[in-house]
Amino acid sequence: MRTVIFILQKEFRQVFRDKLMLPIIFIVPVVQLLILSYTATFEIKNTRIVIVDLDHSQRSRELVFHFESSSFFKIVSRQQNYQLASEWLKNGDADQVIVIGADFEKAIEANQSAKILLVTDAINGSAASLMNAYAQQVIQGFNKNILTEKMPFTTNKGTLSAEPLFWYNPKLNYVTYMVPGILVLLVTIIGFFLSGMNIVKEKEMGTIEQINVTPIKKWQFITGKLLPFWLIALFELVFGLGIAKLVFDIPFLGSFPLLMGVAAVYLLVILAMGLLVSTLSDTMQQSMFISWFFLVIFILMSGLFTPIESMPAWAQWFNKINPIAYFITINRMIMLKGSDFFDFSELFYALSGYAVVMLLLAVNRYKKVKA
Amino acid sequence: MKPVIEVENLVKKFGNFVANDSLTFSVFPGEIFGFLGANGAGKTTTIKILCGLSSPTSGKVSVAGFDVYRQSEQIKRNIGYMSQKFSLYEDLSINENFQFYGGIYGLSRKEIRERTKTLLSRLDFLKAQNEVLRNIPQGWKQKLAFSVAVMHQPKVVFLDEPTGGVDPITRRQFWELIYEQAHNGTTIFVTTHYMDEAEYCGRVSIMVDGRIEALDSPKVLKNQFAVNSMNEVFVKLARATK
Amino acid sequence: MKGFVIKEFLHIFRDFRTLLILFGMPIAQVLLFGFAITNEINHASIAVFDKARDSKSLELQQKLTASGYFDINMQLDNTKAIEKAFRSGKVKEVVVIPPQFGKTLDLGQQTTIQLINDASDPNTANLISSYTSAILRDFAADANPQSTLLPVATETTMLYNPELKGVFMFVPGTITVLLMLVSAMMTSISIAREKEMGTMEVLLISPLKPYQIILGKVLPYVVFSFVNASVILLMAYTIFEMPVNGSLMLLLAETLLFILMALAMGLFISTVSNSQQTAMLLSMFALMLPTILLSGFVFPVENMPLALQWLSHIMPSKWFIIIVKSIMLKGLGIAYIWQETLIILAMAVIFILLSIKKFEVRLNLK
Repeated sequence: MRTVIFILQKEFRQVFRDKLMLPIIFIVPVVQLLILSYTATFEIKNTRIVIVDLDHSQRSRELVFHFESSSFFKIVSRQQNYQLASEWLKNGDADQVIVIGADFEKAIEANQSAKILLVTDAINGSAASLMNAYAQQVIQGFNKNILTEKMPFTTNKGTLSAEPLFWYNPKLNYVTYMVPGILVLLVTIIGFFLSGMNIVKEKEMGTIEQINVTPIKKWQFITGKLLPFWLIALFELVFGLGIAKLVFDIPFLGSFPLLMGVAAVYLLVILAMGLLVSTLSDTMQQSMFISWFFLVIFILMSGLFTPIESMPAWAQWFNKINPIAYFITINRMIMLKGSDFFDFSELFYALSGYAVVMLLLAVNRYKKVKA
Repeated sequence: MKPVIEVENLVKKFGNFVANDSLTFSVFPGEIFGFLGANGAGKTTTIKILCGLSSPTSGKVSVAGFDVYRQSEQIKRNIGYMSQKFSLYEDLSINENFQFYGGIYGLSRKEIRERTKTLLSRLDFLKAQNEVLRNIPQGWKQKLAFSVAVMHQPKVVFLDEPTGGVDPITRRQFWELIYEQAHNGTTIFVTTHYMDEAEYCGRVSIMVDGRIEALDSPKVLKNQFAVNSMNEVFVKLARATK
Repeated sequence: MKGFVIKEFLHIFRDFRTLLILFGMPIAQVLLFGFAITNEINHASIAVFDKARDSKSLELQQKLTASGYFDINMQLDNTKAIEKAFRSGKVKEVVVIPPQFGKTLDLGQQTTIQLINDASDPNTANLISSYTSAILRDFAADANPQSTLLPVATETTMLYNPELKGVFMFVPGTITVLLMLVSAMMTSISIAREKEMGTMEVLLISPLKPYQIILGKVLPYVVFSFVNASVILLMAYTIFEMPVNGSLMLLLAETLLFILMALAMGLFISTVSNSQQTAMLLSMFALMLPTILLSGFVFPVENMPLALQWLSHIMPSKWFIIIVKSIMLKGLGIAYIWQETLIILAMAVIFILLSIKKFEVRLNLK
């Protein structure tokens, strides 16, 4: 144990002597939380729409007014024909074009179905389907108005209405959803890169040989290497949570000690993985690239941006070995829904098993004697 | 006297390449043993095996009475090592480096303090003990690395090209340190390609292409080859094997 | 000169791991974006709290399942269970059917179905709830055929990407990120490495002229970037059936221009950084993050705060992504994208001038 303390002392000294370290620990989380939570959003706010009203009637103006008063849409232009309007789509200055046919009012008054054309730039498929759904909602509201106007006294037989309720996030605030995920990202990146760079740095400097000729034990060495980054990353989490609370006013419904407990286990997985990468590479550049490669894949698949349930079966299966997916899921459950341990016990056990395996691998791969 | 290093028919292969071809030699306590050879002759391979950094392909090797195959961790307690690549931490101070390595070898904090003081005052370097290594000239760094390597009072110290890239005066001072250490009973196992340094050794072995071609005191070797310097001995040997 | 270029190629090839990542990364990314990264609702797990338990409510449940969007994985029988189901994350939505559902419908009275969503993921909640609502509307229409005729019917056209494939959105971005990574990051690191090792000095005092040295350094990366970009395009074309509606020649020419710009950027970064680590950090924070976040690669820029939108204008990648999308998907010609092209060209010139200036200063100091 005494040996471990000496290693710890040395690692901490080195970490804090690095002039880049303090800014990384304190500024990166702030920047990441601020920038990412505002940029990493699929929210659709101002769909830019071009109106082509060929009817110029009372009814068509009413429909346009419905769009005007919706907070989702911003009418950027009115054009004489579709040809001109489509230029706006081509230039990327508009997202949607609505064409109201010349017989719009006539058809409505004749109780026939009036047709309108809704053209959406669908290059961003998911945004397009949302924009389309919002437009449909507006048109549906317009429909309802006309129906009640025309038949105020006939109650439809068997009316069925849906009442959507949004729990845990009634305003559908996207930032609330993103921040717990970004917190996970934060501790992951810090932990993975710090540990991933560590042993390989000793290799490049040549100090690893000096350590290998000492009677130090493997577990002492690995513990001494892991513990500092484990503590730093846990500190990062607390610091990030503080920002989340102060700046974004993100709710925290669950138990704080529970979250820290899960984080403690999760970080073991990440740090051990980083050390493994470190032992497998010869230069810092290599280690950097390998870390980056895996991180990008893990992050993209983690459900941070798009729900895991939407992924194909193989991707969901892959996520069983994606530590980031585990912790993002659990962190969102604890913070946003107040889930307790029994709600995610299976995930936690899987994560713990993972930690054990990774630690064993890391200890095993670090060899004092070369064959 | 019982030898502190015993090597019998040591072979080390990397694939088909034979780096060490059945080496046999012994080193005795308190001796300064020079392990010479051209670059790529296999010196570093041998020294790594003796230190337990690499395991041999075959042969019998024992260091400080322990077997390298089974007792490499016990060996590590009894040896010191300083490699050609400078191996103290550049971003730590002198004191912090001593503290770290002393700690790893299991010295108590009191012992670390006392030995650091002794070793630094021997170098006349006490006043600089809080300097960060990065700011210290190369020659001094190497003397410090040597001091760290003998801090836990090992039976044998392995020095792999300890004076590489250092000016003649510092090299001279470095050898004085080695003498002093050997005088206190520590065995010194040193590789070098400065042939003038070979003259300082008690006995030298000369390795060519993975084999030991000569082993004796510098004086005997010079007589044997009828030349005036170790450099000439070396040149003659190298030509003979070509 | 020729030997020097060969040496650079050898350096890259010898580092097998880096090479693997340079080629493996873009392929993995395209596959991920093409197959895994999607917002589609597909067998979402929901629960039903059926207070009616009559034939109509069962019919409704059947209709929900038959749509393929939902799997009913839980039947709840009290309000408390809803909370529990959400907290364990097992379901995304709970459909609450009121008591005497069928009877009320038959009597022609108003009845309301509650759709309780786990909105901790607001996007998915929104989608699921609107899909469910649509199914409910259909159900109501089936129950009462007279009211099906709506005053306004919408005909929807999804332009450029009728099947709403995610990969159409991501391929241009992936190419851009990759070109940045290989061209800017790799050159800056490799030059910084030569500086660190002191081999740059050796090259500088050699009879090679500075421009030859620079050319030799960047030429391999031009080739790699170009090959890589082509591989991605080919994958997009064959695996994901992404069209190249515009001119392929124009697309390749624009790609070369962007590579040139990225290399100039890499050169500039290497002139301001003295170690590999600084070059890496600079590339990561100054290049990669903005390229991914502010270029419209994954997230639409229009929805970001105004300050970030302004910032996105100075990201070369933003303009290149517009160009690629315009050519490939919209099938547009140079007439539509000459402004974007000019911007990238101007950026390339600026970076080259800045690097030359820095470089000369360094030489003069000697």
